[in-house]
Parts: sequence; structure tokens; C-alpha cells
Amino acid sequence: MQGFANTGGQGIVQAVIDVIVANRDYLSEIDGQIGDGDHGINMAKGFAMVGKQLAGGSASYAEAMDTLGFVLVSEIGGSMGPLYGNMFMDMAAAVGDADWVDTERYRDMLAAAIGAIQALGTAKPGDKTLMDTLVPAAEAFAAAVSGGAGFAEALDALDRAAEAGRDSTKDMVAKIGRAARLGERSRGVLDAGATSCCLILTTMSAAIRPRLEER
Amino acid sequence: MQRIINNPDELVEDTVKGWAKAHKDHVHLLDGNARVLVANGAPKPGKVGIVTGGGSGHEPAFLGYVGRNLVDAVAIGEIFSSPTAKAFADAIKACNAGAGVAVLYGNYAGDNMNVKMAAKMVDREGIAVKTVVANDDVPSAPASERDKRRGVAGEILMWKVGGAKAATGADLDAVIAAAQKAIDNCRSIGIGLTPCTIPAVGHANFAIEPGKMELGIGHHGEPGIEVTDLKTADEMAQVMVDTVLPDLPFAAGDEVVVLLSGLGATPINELFVVYNKVDELLAEKGISIYRPYVGNYFTSLEMMGLTLTVMKLDDELKALIDMDCDAYGFRQFAKGS
Repeated sequence: MQGFANTGGQGIVQAVIDVIVANRDYLSEIDGQIGDGDHGINMAKGFAMVGKQLAGGSASYAEAMDTLGFVLVSEIGGSMGPLYGNMFMDMAAAVGDADWVDTERYRDMLAAAIGAIQALGTAKPGDKTLMDTLVPAAEAFAAAVSGGAGFAEALDALDRAAEAGRDSTKDMVAKIGRAARLGERSRGVLDAGATSCCLILTTMSAAIRPRLEER
Repeated sequence: MQRIINNPDELVEDTVKGWAKAHKDHVHLLDGNARVLVANGAPKPGKVGIVTGGGSGHEPAFLGYVGRNLVDAVAIGEIFSSPTAKAFADAIKACNAGAGVAVLYGNYAGDNMNVKMAAKMVDREGIAVKTVVANDDVPSAPASERDKRRGVAGEILMWKVGGAKAATGADLDAVIAAAQKAIDNCRSIGIGLTPCTIPAVGHANFAIEPGKMELGIGHHGEPGIEVTDLKTADEMAQVMVDTVLPDLPFAAGDEVVVLLSGLGATPINELFVVYNKVDELLAEKGISIYRPYVGNYFTSLEMMGLTLTVMKLDDELKALIDMDCDAYGFRQFAKGS
């Protein structure tokens, strides 16, 4: 069964942190077009804090996600702190102390991510939020696994769906969050949350691929 | 940008430090979390704790309502951005005396999420937490979707009533019921004449053209019902009263509280020009004003404009509104004293 080791997997989370920090200005710029322009700043601030905490350590994949989630909930207000914070904590809980993450566990982890967002709000695909990336990505991964795909192939399907999901927000009118107040004026711009979620998921895929083994 | 600031990224930090120094006889920043302001003497044994919180930039809300017979602890967010879940959780813990804590806050996505996460965090410690979510802003959603309406200046009357109820020694359920009744009986509307600028952003992210006004604008510049030509003060009073009264609805014979708040840049005297007309219009409809409050109670940085809130009273609400209280933003003696 293809999978990767949970133990020593903090590098996967570190890659996610790096990509968010590197895209600080890009995410704020997108947000500034229809939101208040602080998405990248807030995200990068929280993620960078975790980067410092993890540096030099040997946390597992799940432990690193739990730390990331906890710091986001503790230190970042607004909507993104609790949303991504709860998401990473619940993803960590879904992996738990299992030593091996196979396709089924990864699929369950993505389902937990969706559950964590739903626990806090009412966003659903079509509302121009991070759910437009997360839900199709999780569904594509699950469908690929059901169809007998290997882990790497299922990650490819996840990435494609995440990117298509992110791009789909461009033509949407925001129905939720601060951008919803702009109505039609929110059309034509990517959603910042959907964009950061795509970065998180595809970066995670890329960091997992070289770690995949048969066991 | 003509503003009196240092580093815009540290504006909230600088504000709360000054605030805590200026009001040190009444309030203090929580040891270990400078994003929580606590009333001196809280928690009071046996009393239900009252917590609120929200983004900064609305001063004297939320900081100014920490005080005797009002709010016990406030969670402080960045400008126009919800406080962290940890700030809400620490505020809850700071005023828990074993009788539970009522979190009374406004209906905004971030606040809803962070309060939910905070309740999850303190649940492990066995603290009973219940919430009331203010939704008094009439223009923000139709009456059929009241749960989507935002909370605005009606929050102050919710804190007044909830804080007074807790001061009577009532239990958590009774405090929650009173605060819920207060907000259920409140209806508000705002008018904006100029936009406001978050200093760290450096420019306004919405515009109101000179000679225009926006009816129904939200506390962060959320779009209202319509943009019209700038009206006279009397016409503004008329359109606000005409929007608010039918929504509850208020009727002849009602006794009400009227709260007229500036949005930050409005000269105080102009609020009284509007109040003069509001008083006249309500009198014409047979509605009597039991207590008026006119001033800067809930602002939006340097926005020019105002909000009108009307709350219908019953005997319980009247008694709770009448209770004396002492905070920077709300200081009053008991009626008749």
C-alpha cells in the first residue's frame, strides 16, 4: 500500500509554511481588490511563527499540523485564524499518532478539513470562499482512490481539482464574508481564501510525492 | 493621510496601552494577554461574567464599556478585524467566578467563529458559556432573514441590560434571556457621509462622493440600501425613523430608549440637530422617549455620519436600563437620584 511516514513528517508542513510566507504580498494584493487587503499579511504572520517553533525539531506530520492550527487560532483573529486553525487541528486529529498515512487516511484527513470549516460557518462551494478549492480537491482525491488510483495519481487529481476550484472563484459573486458586501463588484477577481487554500493543498502534494513508498 | 499615529501596524497596541494608563483606576490589561481589558475587581464572586469583543476602531466601543454594572472583560481585535479566539477565551476566563459567562457580541463572520472556538477552548476547563449575538442593523438584511443582520449600536443597550441583569445576581440563563430580549427589541440604521481609512491600509476601501450620502451604511463601510443626494438633518431623521419604526414594529403608546451615535467625525452638535427632529417625529407617533442617549457611543474611525437605535421597553428592561453604571463610554446615575 502506497503511503508516507507520519513520523518525522514536519517537513511537509514546513513546505506549506514557506509557500504562504513567500506569497504574502500576492495574497494581500488579491484580497485588496475585494477585501481589506490583509489576507497575506495575517496568514504569513501566523505561519512564520510556526516556522520558528518547528525549526530544528523532529515533529511528526500530524504534530506539526496541530502546532500550526493551534498557533493560528491563538494568534490570528479575523476569519482566517479560526478557519485555517480549526482545519489544521482537525486534519492533525484525523492522522493522529498513526505511523503510516495511506490514501484512505489522507482521504479521511481531507474530509476532516471540510468538517472543520463547516463547524464554524455556512460556506459551501459557489460562495466564493476557500471551500471552492477544498471541496472539489477532496472529492477528486476520494474519487481517484475509489477508482483504484495510486497515491501519486490521486494527488495529481487533487491538484488539478484544487486549481480548477480556485480559478472558478474568479467568475463568482461573493455570497459570504467581507467581499459579499460588494455584490456584483466582487466578480472578476480570485478569492484570496480559495487561492491560499490551493497553495496549501498543492504544496502539500508536492512535499508528499518524494516521500511516497510502498509498504 | 492626516492621522495621529506612530507605526500603523502597532496602532492597536499603542491605543490599548494609553487606554489602560488613562483608566487605570477602573480597568487593566490582562496579565499575559494585552488584547484583553478587564474591569478592576472582576471576577466578582457569584456574579455571571459579561464578555464582549470586536475589532478596534469603534471607540469608545468596545473598551469603553468595561466597568461597573456593564461589561467585565473585552477581547480586542485589530482595526475592524475580529479578536483572536484566544483573546475571547482569556476574557472569558478572566471574568469567570463560577456562575458562568455571557458573551454578548455582534453578528460578524469572524466574531462568530472566534467566539465558537473560544467556547471550545474554555469548555475543557468546565466554564459555562452562553452567547447572545446582536443583529439590530435593519438595512443589512430583510426582516425574514434577521439572523443575517449585523450588530451595530444596539450592542451597547444589550451590554447595558445584560450587565445590569448580572449585577442583580441573576443566573446565566436569566442574564442571557434579558440580553436577548434587549437586542430583540432594538432596531438600528446608519447614514454615512464620508468613508473611513484603516491607517495600515492607507486609503479608504470605499467611497462616498461629495454631495452624496449612503443610507444604511454599516460600521465598516458595508454598502447600505441606497446612495442619495445629501439631505438636511431633519430629512435624515425622517428617513431613519421611517426605516426603523415599521421593522419591529414600534407603535403608539410604546416607551423607548433612543441612542443616537456619531460615527467618529460628526460634530456633536449636529447629532443634537438630528435628535431634535427624532424626538418630534416619535412624539407625533405617540411613542415616548424614556431615556435618550446622544453622543459618540459606537464610532467607525473618522467616518462622518451617525446611527439611530430605538429600543422598545417593558418593565424589566426599564429597570435594567435605569440601573446606575460607571464606564468611560457609559456613565449614569439611577433615575431620580
